[in-house]
Amino acid sequence: MLTLSHYLILAAILFAIGVVGIFLNRKNLIVLLMSIELMLLAVNTNFIAFSRFMNDVDGQVFVFFILVVAAAEAAIGLAVLVVLFRNLKTIHVDDLDRLNG
Amino acid sequence: MLENYFPVLIFILVGAVVGALPLILGWVVSPSRPDSEKLSPYECGFEAFEDARMKFDVRYYLIAILFILFDLEIAFLFPWATIFKEIVSTDTIKWFGFAEMMVFIAILVVGFVYAWVKGALDWE
Amino acid sequence: MTLAEMPFILPDLRPASAELFVLAMACLILFVDLFVKDTRRTAVFALTQLTLVGAAVVTWAGTSGEVVYTFSNMYVHDFLADMLKQLLYLTDIIVLFYARAYVVDRPLLGRGEFYTLTLFATLGMMVMISANHFITIFLGVELLSLSLYAMVALNRDSATAAEAAMKYLVLGALASGLMLYGMSMIYGAVGSLEIGEVAERLQAGVANHSILVLGLVFLVAGLAFKLGVVPFHMWIPDVYHGAPTAVGLFIGTAPKLAAFAIVLRILANGLLTLSYDWQMMLLIMAVLSIVLGNVAAIAQHNFKRMLAYSAIAHMGFMLLGLAVGVVGGDARFTLNAYSSALFYVVIYVLSSAGAFGMILLMARAGFEAEDLDDYKGLNRRNPWFAAMLMMLMLSMAGIPFFVGFFAKFAVLQAVVASGQIWLAVVAVIFSLIGAFYYLRVVKLMYFDAPADPTPIQAPLEVKALISANGLAVALLGLFPDTLMWFCLLAIRLSLSVFA
Repeated sequence: MLTLSHYLILAAILFAIGVVGIFLNRKNLIVLLMSIELMLLAVNTNFIAFSRFMNDVDGQVFVFFILVVAAAEAAIGLAVLVVLFRNLKTIHVDDLDRLNG
Repeated sequence: MLENYFPVLIFILVGAVVGALPLILGWVVSPSRPDSEKLSPYECGFEAFEDARMKFDVRYYLIAILFILFDLEIAFLFPWATIFKEIVSTDTIKWFGFAEMMVFIAILVVGFVYAWVKGALDWE
Repeated sequence: MTLAEMPFILPDLRPASAELFVLAMACLILFVDLFVKDTRRTAVFALTQLTLVGAAVVTWAGTSGEVVYTFSNMYVHDFLADMLKQLLYLTDIIVLFYARAYVVDRPLLGRGEFYTLTLFATLGMMVMISANHFITIFLGVELLSLSLYAMVALNRDSATAAEAAMKYLVLGALASGLMLYGMSMIYGAVGSLEIGEVAERLQAGVANHSILVLGLVFLVAGLAFKLGVVPFHMWIPDVYHGAPTAVGLFIGTAPKLAAFAIVLRILANGLLTLSYDWQMMLLIMAVLSIVLGNVAAIAQHNFKRMLAYSAIAHMGFMLLGLAVGVVGGDARFTLNAYSSALFYVVIYVLSSAGAFGMILLMARAGFEAEDLDDYKGLNRRNPWFAAMLMMLMLSMAGIPFFVGFFAKFAVLQAVVASGQIWLAVVAVIFSLIGAFYYLRVVKLMYFDAPADPTPIQAPLEVKALISANGLAVALLGLFPDTLMWFCLLAIRLSLSVFA
C-alpha cells in the first residue's frame, strides 16, 4: 500500500535531481530548462499527494496553475535560448561568461 | 484495491501486442536480401549530401513556443467543462461561471491576435 | 464533490478594480501598439502613463483603511496595499520618464513591448501586493518575473543582455521552485493555502512541526532569492549589469516594493507563530548581505554593478527590520520594526530610481555611461546634475540629514530595542565601509578632470524629474515624519497582529 510518505520521498528525490541538474549541468542549456521543469513537477507531485491524503481540493487547483505557469516559463526560456543562440552560436553553459566580477 | 487495475493491465498488454504485431510480422515474413544500393539513403536520384540529423530551423521553435502556450492554457477548460451542467443549473453562478471562462478565452484571443498580426505565425 | 457542497459566493470585484483596469488597459495598449506606425511610440508611451495615473485614481477612490477580503479570501485590500500600490505607480511613472529618451534612441528597446511588458509586470506586482493566498502570491510573482525575463532580453542583438536574461530566468525559476516546494510542505503540514487560515491553524497548534520548518526553510530561501539577499544574490549583479539600463532601472526599483509586501504577508501575517525560526534565518541573511554587499561594491568599476551590490546591502538592512519584530514572544516592538523596514524599502526605491535615472541621463545614443570613470568631472560638465547625484549618493550612504540616514536610523532603533546591540554595531560598521564607495563617486564628480568635457543636455521633463528626485531625498531628510507616520499607519491598519 502506498502511503503519503512514499509520494513525498519520490517528490523529494525528483526535486533534488532537478536542483542538482541546475548546478551540475555544464553542457547544455536545454537540459537546464528540463531540470527546472522537473523541479516544478516534483512540487506538483507533492501537492497532489497532500491534496489526496487530506481530502482537500486546493492543492489540485494549485497544480493546474503551476503546470500552466511552467509552460509559460518554458516558452520564455526557449525564446531567450533562441536569442542567446543567435548571438553566441552556442548553448553551452560554460560559454556564458561575459558577465563576471 | 489492485484488482481494480486489472482491466488496465489487459488494455496495456493488448495495446502493446496490437502495436508490435505488424512490425514483427513484417520483419519475419518479408524476404531480406540487402545490397549496398538498397542500404544507402535515398535522396531522389543523387548521392546524399547531408546528414539526416540536421539542426532545426529556428522558426520551428517559434511555432513550438506558441503551441506550448495555447495548448496548456486549455487545461483550465477541462475542469470547467466537466461541471458545466452544474454551473448553468445553479442560479447564483449561472452567468458568472460562463462569463468568467469567456473572459479567460478573450484574454487568450488577445494574445493570439497579437502574435498573428505581429507575424509570428508567418513562415517567411 | 458537487457544486452544491462547495458554497460559491460571487466575488466582489471592487477591491480589485485597479488591477482589472490595468489589465484591460494593458490589453488595449497591446492592440494600439499593433497599429501605431510611429517609431517613437509616443502614443503608446502616453497611454501607458495615463493608465498608471488612472490606476492611481482608481486606487485612491477605493482607499478606506479597512481590510476587505475578496475572491474567497485569496485577495486582500487594505491600507498597506493601497499605499504600496500608489508608490508602485509613482515609481513606474518616474521609471518610464527616465527611460523614455534612452529607449527611443535604441530601436530594439523602444518598441511597444517595453511599455506593455512594464504594465504586465506592474499588474503582477499589484497582485503580489494584494495577495492573501499562496496561489495568488505565486501568480503575482510569476507574472512579474516572466515579464522581467522578457524585458531583459528585449535588446535581442546584445549577447550580454541575452546572457543576463538566461541567468535571471534559470535562477528565478529555481527560486520559484524552492518557494513552491516550501508552500507545498506548509500546505501539507497545515492543510490550507490561505494565509489567514494558515495563521489560525498554526495558532491552534495542529501542525506537524518538522514538516513545517522544512517548508519554512524552502519558502524563505525562495523569498530571499526574489529579494536578492546573500546567499541567494548571485543573479543581482549579472542582471543589473547585463540588462539594458532602462530595464535595470525598472528591476532595481518597483519589484522591491512588491517583494517586501509578500515577505510581510507570508511571514508576519501567516507564519508569525514560527517567528523564532524565520527571524533567525532572516538575521543571518541580513548580516551576510550587509557585509558582502558593502565589501564587494568597493571592488566594482562598473556603476551598474556597484549599484547591484549596494542593492544587496540595502535589502539586507531592510531584512534587519523584519527580523527583529518579535522578541522572546513579545510583539511590543513589532509595529516599529516592520514600519521601519517599510520606510527603508520606500526610501531605497526612491534613491535607487534617482541613481539609475542618472545613468540613463548620461547615456546617449550608442553610448552607455556605465563605468565609474564616465562620471569624472561631472561637476564641470553640469554642476546641477552633479549636485543631484551627490545628494542621492550621500543619502544611500546614510550621511546624516539625508533621508537615507533616517531610514537606517529607524531600522537600527528597532534592532537596539530588540536588545541585539552587536547586530546594530555590525550594521553600523559595514555601513561606514559602504559609505566609502558612495563617496568615491562624489570624489570622482568633484575632484577629477572629465575625460570628455562636453556639457550634458537632457529633456526638460527629465531635468525636472531628476531634480525632484534629488531634492525629495534632501527634503524628506529634513521632514521624515510624515512618511514615517504613513508607514506606521499602513502596518498598524493592515497586519493581522494589530487587528
